[in-house]
Amino acid sequence: MSPEELDQIAETERQAQLGFKHRVNVCVAAGCVSCQSEGVKQAIEKDVARRGMGADCEVKGVGCMGLCAQGPLVSTSAGVLYQKVAIEDAPAVVESLLAGPDPRLLCKTDVPFFQAQKKIVLENCGVIDPERIEDYIAAGGYTALMRALGELTAAQVIEEVTKSGLRGRGGAGYPTGLKWSTVSKAVGERKYVICNADEGDPGAFMDRSVLESDPHRVLEGMLIAAYAVGASEGYIYVRAEYPLAIKRLRIAIRHAERFGLLGNYISASRLSFHVDLRLGAGAFVCGEETALISSIEGKRGSPRPRPPYPAQEGLFGEPTLINNVETFANIAPIIRNGGEWYAQIGTEKSKGTKVFALAGSVTNTGLVEVPMGVTLRQIVYEMGGGPPEGRQFKAVQTGGPSGGCIPADFLDMPVDYENLAKVGSIMGSGGMIVMDETSCMVDVAKFFMDFCASESCGKCVPCRVGTYHMHRILDAITERTATAQDLAQLQELCDLLKNTSLCGLGQSAPNPVLSTLRYFESEYQAHIEQHVCPAGVCGKLEEALHG
Amino acid sequence: MGAVAVLELPKTPHPSDDKRWRLVDTTMRRLGNQQRGLIEALHTVQEAFGYLDVEALRYVASSLRVPLSRAYGVATFYHFFTLKPAGEHTCVVCMGTACYIKGALQLVSAMKQDLGVTPGQTTADGKVSLLTARCLGSCGLAPAVVYDHEVAGKVTPAALRDRLAKWNSHVS
Amino acid sequence: MAKAANIKTLKIDGRDVSARQNETILEVARENGIFIPTLCTLKGLSNVGACRLCLVEVKGTARLQPACVTRVEEAMEVTTNSERLQGYRRAILELLFTERNHVCAVCVSNGHCELQSLAQKLEITHVHFAYRYPEAEVDASHERFIVDHNRCILCTRCVRVCEEIEGAHTWDVMGRGIDAKVITDLNEPWGSSQTCTGCGKCVHVCPTGALSEKGKSVAEMLKRRQFLPYLTQMREEDRS
Repeated sequence: MSPEELDQIAETERQAQLGFKHRVNVCVAAGCVSCQSEGVKQAIEKDVARRGMGADCEVKGVGCMGLCAQGPLVSTSAGVLYQKVAIEDAPAVVESLLAGPDPRLLCKTDVPFFQAQKKIVLENCGVIDPERIEDYIAAGGYTALMRALGELTAAQVIEEVTKSGLRGRGGAGYPTGLKWSTVSKAVGERKYVICNADEGDPGAFMDRSVLESDPHRVLEGMLIAAYAVGASEGYIYVRAEYPLAIKRLRIAIRHAERFGLLGNYISASRLSFHVDLRLGAGAFVCGEETALISSIEGKRGSPRPRPPYPAQEGLFGEPTLINNVETFANIAPIIRNGGEWYAQIGTEKSKGTKVFALAGSVTNTGLVEVPMGVTLRQIVYEMGGGPPEGRQFKAVQTGGPSGGCIPADFLDMPVDYENLAKVGSIMGSGGMIVMDETSCMVDVAKFFMDFCASESCGKCVPCRVGTYHMHRILDAITERTATAQDLAQLQELCDLLKNTSLCGLGQSAPNPVLSTLRYFESEYQAHIEQHVCPAGVCGKLEEALHG
Repeated sequence: MGAVAVLELPKTPHPSDDKRWRLVDTTMRRLGNQQRGLIEALHTVQEAFGYLDVEALRYVASSLRVPLSRAYGVATFYHFFTLKPAGEHTCVVCMGTACYIKGALQLVSAMKQDLGVTPGQTTADGKVSLLTARCLGSCGLAPAVVYDHEVAGKVTPAALRDRLAKWNSHVS
Repeated sequence: MAKAANIKTLKIDGRDVSARQNETILEVARENGIFIPTLCTLKGLSNVGACRLCLVEVKGTARLQPACVTRVEEAMEVTTNSERLQGYRRAILELLFTERNHVCAVCVSNGHCELQSLAQKLEITHVHFAYRYPEAEVDASHERFIVDHNRCILCTRCVRVCEEIEGAHTWDVMGRGIDAKVITDLNEPWGSSQTCTGCGKCVHVCPTGALSEKGKSVAEMLKRRQFLPYLTQMREEDRS
């Protein structure tokens, strides 16, 4: 495939799309699919056919439009968005193409949830058909790859990524350019590029949405990375729990191979790159790089001490670049528009945008992409609409089991890597769970500790035995049988795990406890001293799980 | 990986004449019949047979020349793999953060009350298995449940009970 | 490369020491008679950095480093025995004591147990975390050996010696987290294992009474692991 051929495909596809007078986009990402959006799509297609509008109206399955709580979502070429569209509503949707918007189904889009977003990663989500490579190409897809291969040296690609200031979106925020540069300098018989799509963080679904809505974007990012670091083979390590993402990735890989965008001597360059999928099997610890590598090698997903880092000795002992889905999804726009363009967005140390999965006690649950540096209040209240009527905001949890609970005092804090760390949480992959007065913070800490204990691989002693004891103590606190001594032990264990565990899972496992102790200590005290749960949560449903 | 002379071992015979073993063979062949293909092969076994039993582990381990204890270690490390057959129907309650704070525990509690099963168990008649998932990524629809292979969002204990009743009324 | 470049000088606990490049902090410390506690590491086997007892402070590095896998560097300054480290080590040992059922008085390895002697050395007089008291099994199906999971600390020496030295790979770890357990073959009784050669190396590398020989009474079970460095060396020479 040459750049000219790519242009031609894009042009042909655009012409074909212009041939339709009307268009109806139906979300077929997992959120809406679970509200029967596929049935809605079929019903609309049937209705279009019944009216003999088949030649005029294209009905397209597209990726996530963000406002998952109001699904199934349908948008039309008239520029309107419909929410909660049922199969019976199909005729009304089609009718509205001619008769004007149907107020009954209308979802307002002139609201901050949509208006305050800045879409880079999600720019194609909800717009293109994730199962057609032509649609991606028509939207400018693979031009960044062509630019990299045709106009830039590998070193220049790395320079652009470095200039962009992009940092790893998987959690720790390591500078992407630096990582690429290290792998490019490493010496090995062959090199690997791995996309970490094992989104194991409970409460995060950004990566799933990107994979389901715009899989080629991830492939293009991996291809550019492969060119930059000199890799010839790639793996996407994706959760087996995401069947739709797996299906679309398989289709995307097949299409890219057919179009000569994956394979040998891509676009007559020296880049040869093959990508295969590996399915995760339900182990959160596999988000850790060395554990992920071990899993791709077909072994138990136990981490090993670093160094050596995967950049030097990774998959099968060879230099390996590992980035997560969102990081790769940022690459094509950076190469297309230049690193400087990207670096203009965001804060001084955290550049670009971040996708957050907003869920929990919040009116508008769904996905939002915002520039780094917007405040928590803007995300939770303006965009998310705050807790539902009658509920009181208590905390927002970011970073999943490795993160922390942030109280209302910090709502006006700009969100970036440094600020979140300062208040005892982390950016993590981007889950944002809003909690109200009905959540007990000790119970929340216990929930995450239960998670860490059951996800601990069992290799190192502090994490294996320490998470067990921490969960036991938290359990006693929620049972209101714990003593001040237990609390002191809990704190001792927090310090131990943080400083002596082998990998990030154990080192960060205390975070949910530490942050709730820091901001909601009175709730712990109430359980211990007065033997009451202020939120009225503890003791009610315990028997359900453990009885 | 350099060119290592591979010991020619006789091909391991299928544990039974079930045609599904061929699917497993296909996966293993696609990955070069190498040790690294173990997890993918186990995925195929579980997809084809619903679970991994000792015979299957022995077959895959022997075909890929993976030590038996390692195969067992891998199969029990990953929670997605199960060594027990599931019930006729499965009900997976998502226990991700969003689902947890939106009442997933009440769903589990309802299952326990009605059917006497806790997560990981199957009803005595083999009809329904209750499982929990770490996060389905359907946080926008919390609490979420997967009935067999279909995801349902904003599930209430009442809706769950309806579905259980439907399953129980169909005698198969 | 000049020979001199292969020698590094560094400070351990304030003492100037020299080391060959590629040596670990633990190796250099031991050469110089500096004690660093360990349980999972064993000369002749690969290192896994799992017990976390050998963590040391390295000046200029925020995180504690496992001495068993951290390579020496020129001008490195290592502290092996600060109060903070002692506290962590005691806590880790205590966690091990709470995890399974370590009743020294009735253990076949009483008096010859690395866990016990480390606890004595680090002056652990009581365990302040609650005991788990799990129900762990004892498998005496092998004609000559016994595995008692009550005493296992999951150091995985048995797994490594069986794979790396004997080449049988009879042992591995199943499950994960607190439920992890060493197994033979498909979690079958040791006695019916088709892969075990009965060499007994696992028994002799086991630091506790988890693996023992039959017919030995309490405190009789001496472990002989002199074989290990020789075997490792011969294998390596064989390969090169």
